[in-house]
Amino acid sequence: MEPEAAKLIGAGLATIALAGPGVGIGTIFGNYIAGALRNPAAAPQVFGNVLLGFALTEAIALFALVIAMLQLFAF
Amino acid sequence: MAGETVETDIGEAAAETVEHGADAVHGAAEHGVGGHSPLEQFQIKRLIPIEIGGLDLSFTNSALFMLIAVALITLFLTYSMSSRALVPGRLQSMAELSYEFIANMIRENVGTEGRRYFPFIFTLFMFILFGNLLGMIPYSFTYTSHIIVTFAMAAVVFVGVTVIGFARHGAKFLKLFVPSGVPVFLLPLLVVIEVLSYLTRPISLSVRLFANMMAGHTMLKVFAGFVVALGFLAGWAPLAFIVALTGLEIGIAVLQAYVFTILTCIYLNDAIHLHH
Repeated sequence: MEPEAAKLIGAGLATIALAGPGVGIGTIFGNYIAGALRNPAAAPQVFGNVLLGFALTEAIALFALVIAMLQLFAF
Repeated sequence: MAGETVETDIGEAAAETVEHGADAVHGAAEHGVGGHSPLEQFQIKRLIPIEIGGLDLSFTNSALFMLIAVALITLFLTYSMSSRALVPGRLQSMAELSYEFIANMIRENVGTEGRRYFPFIFTLFMFILFGNLLGMIPYSFTYTSHIIVTFAMAAVVFVGVTVIGFARHGAKFLKLFVPSGVPVFLLPLLVVIEVLSYLTRPISLSVRLFANMMAGHTMLKVFAGFVVALGFLAGWAPLAFIVALTGLEIGIAVLQAYVFTILTCIYLNDAIHLHH
């Protein structure tokens, strides 16, 4: 197999990892909405944690992107 | 014949791997559709070439934007506080709000002993925030989209926090890796896991910021290419998406600065108060 083809296949396979953070981010915001509908008064004070959790989960998705980029451009 | 082609391909690939790094971006930058690649915006350009003793210390576009960010932050803070009103006007309010924001973050996450690290954390937050936001200006350069810049900041945070931990607690700092209430037979495995997760902190901290910035700007560039390619009739659809994406990117710029800073505060808290 040519290296170019292997790189492209590898990069495509690396995007499968995006499923995890997709579920994770959906969970975070789904739980926030469910909690906010039960206790609207407490919602603003926990929103900071929601954003922090979102950013940390998004980072995992970006690690997968970095691996895909590494395969395409650094090897 | 086929064997020969395979060998030259492998030889070329090997040669390419040897000169990766800056060349990888350069190679990637030229490998786009129709001339301009979405990765071309991340190229470091030497604005004033300076070479001292064999070291390339040129003044680059990255350095220029770092200087602009520092100048903007300094001007903003000194000018807005120059009026010294007891009841702040709009500009002074903004400066005081940014101070309060970080001071509250430190008080909540580190406690009262974290007060002495306020200047460092405030500087870190403002530098990353202004860097990310300056990158949203068209045709500018985002210095936080380079792994070496974010890794330098994350390394400073990691080494600093570890040194602070050892300075405060001596050898007892290693108790950080032994969580309380754990059955003894699990300890060897758990300590290894804890140490490994501690050592990956600078990597995750730096890659999170770098990848967010690079991915955001690359996506904007790719969709901009679609706008041009689709022309006048259909180009408005990706254009609407770019408008929405730019708004999201500005939000992410602020969010990533906040996340970097709050994780620094959390790591500092781990080092100062040795319990998770």
